[in-house]
Amino acid sequence: MAYTEEELKKELETKEYEYGFYTDIESDTFPKGLNEDIVRAISKKKNEPEWMTEWRLEAFRIWEQMEEPEWANVHYEKPDFQAISYYSAPKSADPNKSLEDVDPDLLEMYRKLGISVDEQKRLQNVAVDIVVDSVSVATTFKKTLAEKGIIFMPISEAIQEHPELVKKYMGTVVPKTDNFYAALNSAVFTDGSFCYIPKGVRCPMELSTYFRINEGGTGQFERTLVIADENSYVSYLEGCTAPSRDENQLHAAVVELIALNDAEIKYSTVQNWFPGDKEGKGGVYNFVTKRGLCETNSKISWTQVETGSAVTWKYPSCILKGDNSVGEFYSIAVTNNFQQADTGTKMVHLGKNTKSTIISKGISAGQSQNSYRGLVQVNSRAENARNFSQCDSLLMGNKCGAHTFPYIEAKNKTAQIEHEATTSKIGEDQIFYCNQRGIDTEKAIALIVNGFSKEVLNKLPMEFAVEAQKLLEISLEGSVG
Amino acid sequence: MLEIKNLHASVEDKKILKGINLEVNAGEVHAIMGPNGSGKSTLASVIAGKEEFEIKKGNIILEGEDLEELSPEERAHNGIFLSFQYPVEIPGVSVTNFMKTAINESRKARGLEDMPANQMLKLIREKSEMLEIDRKFLSRSLNEGFSGGEKKRNEIFQMAMLEPKLAILDETDSGLDIDALRIVANGVNKLRGKDNAIIVITHYQRLLEYIVPDFVHVLHDGKIVKSGTKELALELEEKGYDWIKQETVV
Repeated sequence: MAYTEEELKKELETKEYEYGFYTDIESDTFPKGLNEDIVRAISKKKNEPEWMTEWRLEAFRIWEQMEEPEWANVHYEKPDFQAISYYSAPKSADPNKSLEDVDPDLLEMYRKLGISVDEQKRLQNVAVDIVVDSVSVATTFKKTLAEKGIIFMPISEAIQEHPELVKKYMGTVVPKTDNFYAALNSAVFTDGSFCYIPKGVRCPMELSTYFRINEGGTGQFERTLVIADENSYVSYLEGCTAPSRDENQLHAAVVELIALNDAEIKYSTVQNWFPGDKEGKGGVYNFVTKRGLCETNSKISWTQVETGSAVTWKYPSCILKGDNSVGEFYSIAVTNNFQQADTGTKMVHLGKNTKSTIISKGISAGQSQNSYRGLVQVNSRAENARNFSQCDSLLMGNKCGAHTFPYIEAKNKTAQIEHEATTSKIGEDQIFYCNQRGIDTEKAIALIVNGFSKEVLNKLPMEFAVEAQKLLEISLEGSVG
Repeated sequence: MLEIKNLHASVEDKKILKGINLEVNAGEVHAIMGPNGSGKSTLASVIAGKEEFEIKKGNIILEGEDLEELSPEERAHNGIFLSFQYPVEIPGVSVTNFMKTAINESRKARGLEDMPANQMLKLIREKSEMLEIDRKFLSRSLNEGFSGGEKKRNEIFQMAMLEPKLAILDETDSGLDIDALRIVANGVNKLRGKDNAIIVITHYQRLLEYIVPDFVHVLHDGKIVKSGTKELALELEEKGYDWIKQETVV
């Protein structure tokens, strides 16, 4: 994805959400509504073993008893869970097919998304699993990865092929009872990615999943499980897009990361779900639970660039269970027009000498509301825990809002916790200064925003950093002046 | 090069410039002096095209082209440079990156390709050596945590990089100690040439000891009330601005 400067500039001229196309693929969609029969039907459709069906049903029963959370600083019309279809698969999808057999319309869609599901990826060292609506369509590089003993496949296949791993780890970091949306996901998830890195293996390429909601009136509930066995390393990226639609689409994912002793997982997200139009109509509700568990000497690093969704509710977190484990959270959240984001992280220090770093950059424009919500918790046994948090907000215009809700709970006297926060506004003075040097306003904003986000952009794998930078610019176009 | 004819300008209906006439030719250095509130900085901003100022009457003509309809960036592309009295900070954007963007945007406006990286590096090296600027300085965030002297020196570095036809130095001496002043003034002197012109806006005569002007104009209540050569600056220093005020009243 080596964009030339020229391409970048061309892309910059695009004002509207550029992934807002709908591909007309015949799809196999369940009737709307949710009950035990639907849960069973999903499980059956996936040809799942009995234990999985039971697991889902248990989650469904838990969900039924739960109430939708209201503590986040977001306001929206609650989804009608009976008006959503919980399963939609492009009819032509068959996981056993090879790439040549994939529906040309689907391939065309990937082309529009800018992902080439072909050998080009080998050059870029990226293996991709693509989830459209509810089904995983193609996983590239299975063979290359298999030689190293790495398992990277749709979770539906993993349930069939590696039930022992799935059974052992699924729901251990994000239990079914965790929260309303996690319970819902546990009951109805249709696909997602599964990744296992064996002991001592350094994954030789970036693993990537691309999620896309295509069908109208459907929810997407993907489930991702990444296990890095002892002393292994993996870098994982997920990208998300959805077509522009008037109605709100629901996305409730669960991502679980497990870093065993001495392992390292780097998980990067570029989230560009449809944010709704300029009047605040439509857009994706993104209610996601992401959490990682760190065993001794391990490290989990979350990096996210959030530019899309009408409403975002998302806190990628780390449970620092093992001694000397490290958790990191680097985030850029952009909101424009009527978008609302309530995002941040939880760092739970349980082990000794655990360290966490939080760098959060919120950028609000238009009439949007952008909140950082973070928890740093130091358990009584966590000797010498360290945390550094930095939350910066950048405001554009007078109608948007930035909010910071940092929670700190320290139960051990040896803990060292630092929190820094700044709020600034892109000033007319800054713009005029740039203008005077020959830089027009759009470019000036891009420059200022990129400067503001630099610490986080630097954490992304190179090829995605370029994409993320471009996304930031597109998301904020026309927001000043 | 620059011709200002009967320029009237206001901000929020408050009249600030009340009929400025000024002609600046290539190769010349003009100093504009005057008491606080006389309109010196407004004049600089109006030439640069700052939006909050409204031109009520008159023209600003650069090399035969009226600037009124041009945006600030277009004026910059046409060769106008303003050294700010209070340069703004842009965190996370290095001096180098900022200059690269500025130069390439101007080139784009002229239909040129981006400057090749090696050429850019060469230019940066050349100009930073000329102005005795430490290379480390160039990787720092623009103006963030800069001392007063560093900020002004950075402005002059940008001027050197952009090679404007007309540079306006707005109170470049304010906030500088004598050593910093000397360094900045030396830089400006190195950039004087027969093809470019400089307008130096200052409150004090001190700067003009180092940047010796060809002409001195005294601004009072939005008008140029007196023009002369560099001796005028000395006279002003001696007699104070009250002298001008009294003269105008008479």
